[in-house]
Amino acid sequence: MSRRLTHTLGSLGQEILLVVVILALFAFVGVYNPRFLSENNLTSIFVGNAYIAVAAIGMSLVIISGNIDVSIGALIGVLAVISGLLVTNGYPIWVAWLAPLVVGAAINAVVGCLIAYARVPSIIATLAMLSILSGGLITFTGGQWISGLPAGYQLAQFRLLNVPSPVWFMIGMTILAGFLMRYTTFGRSVYAVGSNPEAARASGISYKATVVKVFAIHGAIGGVAAVLFATQLQVIQSTTPVGLELVIITASVVGGVSILGGVGTVFGSTLAAILFAAIGSSLIFLNVSAYWLRAVQGILILATVLADMARRRRTG
Amino acid sequence: MTAMTRILIRHEFILGILFVIVLFAMASQNDRFLTTANLLNQARLMTEVGLIAIPMTFVIVTGGIDLSVGSILGLCAILLGVFWQNLGLPLPAAIGLSLAAGTAAGFANGLIVTRFRVPPLIATLATLALYRGLAEGISQARSVRGYPDWFAVLGRGDFLGIPTQLWLFALVAAVGIFVLRFTTFGRTTYAIGNNEAAAEFSGLPVVRTKLLIYTASGFISALAAIVFVSRVSTTRSDMGSGIELEVITAVVLGGTSIFGGRGMVIGTLIGLCLMQILQNGLSLSGVRGDGTTVVIGAVLIVAVLISNLLSRFSSD
Repeated sequence: MSRRLTHTLGSLGQEILLVVVILALFAFVGVYNPRFLSENNLTSIFVGNAYIAVAAIGMSLVIISGNIDVSIGALIGVLAVISGLLVTNGYPIWVAWLAPLVVGAAINAVVGCLIAYARVPSIIATLAMLSILSGGLITFTGGQWISGLPAGYQLAQFRLLNVPSPVWFMIGMTILAGFLMRYTTFGRSVYAVGSNPEAARASGISYKATVVKVFAIHGAIGGVAAVLFATQLQVIQSTTPVGLELVIITASVVGGVSILGGVGTVFGSTLAAILFAAIGSSLIFLNVSAYWLRAVQGILILATVLADMARRRRTG
Repeated sequence: MTAMTRILIRHEFILGILFVIVLFAMASQNDRFLTTANLLNQARLMTEVGLIAIPMTFVIVTGGIDLSVGSILGLCAILLGVFWQNLGLPLPAAIGLSLAAGTAAGFANGLIVTRFRVPPLIATLATLALYRGLAEGISQARSVRGYPDWFAVLGRGDFLGIPTQLWLFALVAAVGIFVLRFTTFGRTTYAIGNNEAAAEFSGLPVVRTKLLIYTASGFISALAAIVFVSRVSTTRSDMGSGIELEVITAVVLGGTSIFGGRGMVIGTLIGLCLMQILQNGLSLSGVRGDGTTVVIGAVLIVAVLISNLLSRFSSD
């Protein structure tokens, strides 16, 4: 009980720390260059990166369950193209919005089965999926962008109460997933499987079923991320940003999800995704070359991982 | 022990048969396939992946993994160009410094894994981002060209009728086979992979062995970078991205257990050749480069499935 309390406090600490860092960053860059805080820039930070925060929610579930997924970037690319092809081939818009969720869940359920039933380590299964999905995508599309999207399809450009829809999705899905993880049997079984698979099995939790469900949910959330990614511009690029999966994993880990599984919340990962987006944008306003962005991300993930290990050793 | 050798022989036997079948299938498909010129050229193309696969076999036998090899390759390629062109150092000195940088990068991986006890998967995923980020930041998307003619001998020249880098590869492979099979160091490597705690309690130098292996992985990745730059006579910051997938596929296909404790360099070599002729044969029959990455991903999953199946039979 007290252990869980320390864990809760520990992960909460990470979230408070992230909020402080985000506010400090906004204040610092805002003072240096006031245009950083303009509504335009803030909107572009949130709208352009909300899909990363959404995908990081699913990734957090995967990492809490003691696994990893390096294929999520490629999956988002594939699902975005599927959505675009459906809508440009005359299917109703709602089909194009929902199909990525279903296909994403189906693809990742297969991956989950490989991991849970065929005992393929998640890193190997998802590395292979990364290769299959990204190779298949380029072969299939020939690198061409999809244009001629019908009006009303651009979900990510909608606004509600003058707040862009991706922000609503980001907040709504974070709360939903937070609720799922905190208050449902399923959520608890994910933590149990991640912190001690043997003990989980002994207490009647099916390791295999839990892992397959986690991956299926992760795939469906990836579908939502793909729709947000696909509908933010007037065209759909057939490639996702290089290293997208790393940004998503980094958001989860920096958000306080322990790399060893069993610990973490989805709130932290959303905050971390916001922090990354802000860092990326602030480099431009601080006149630092954007080519350093990945190095900054690398340092951040390394520092967080080392801090996580140090904290674990201290608390035992 | 004899049971283990039997499985290894069986896995390699199956692999050998598969190799011959693929060889004949490819040869019957295309006249250009089974020519000395084509095979030597394929061997040349295979060298960079092959070089890195040798230390990767050691890494995976210890139960670890090194995902950062492609990023180390990219970083060292960039550093070679920067040292030579931007700092005006003589090319041999630039090569030496670049090799030193790769060794240091590998050593850093080893330190993070052994001293801070970060799981290798996460440690090298973090340095994958960091090293690639450094390569991008340092290069600022500029490529370096115009290397002197003598440098091209390594990557494009021949020695005694055989591609120069193949001699280098043969040397590294021979050292790998010898060390893993016939030395105390090799036996310690297996011991760590079978049961790290037991190895530690038996007084084996676990930390030093792992540190050396990750350092060697960095050094050989740098060596592969030199060969790569010499072959294509240009440096770009995205060099070697995704190469870790091919390397790991070759090693796992070669019968090395991803869970550690089992595997041989010979197997890796067969796995490597099988993958290369598969890729070559496919591209000769009109499948494009991106299509072959799909095949590699599928082969990786099948390889692990077969290896799991074999080990399940042997444990019964």
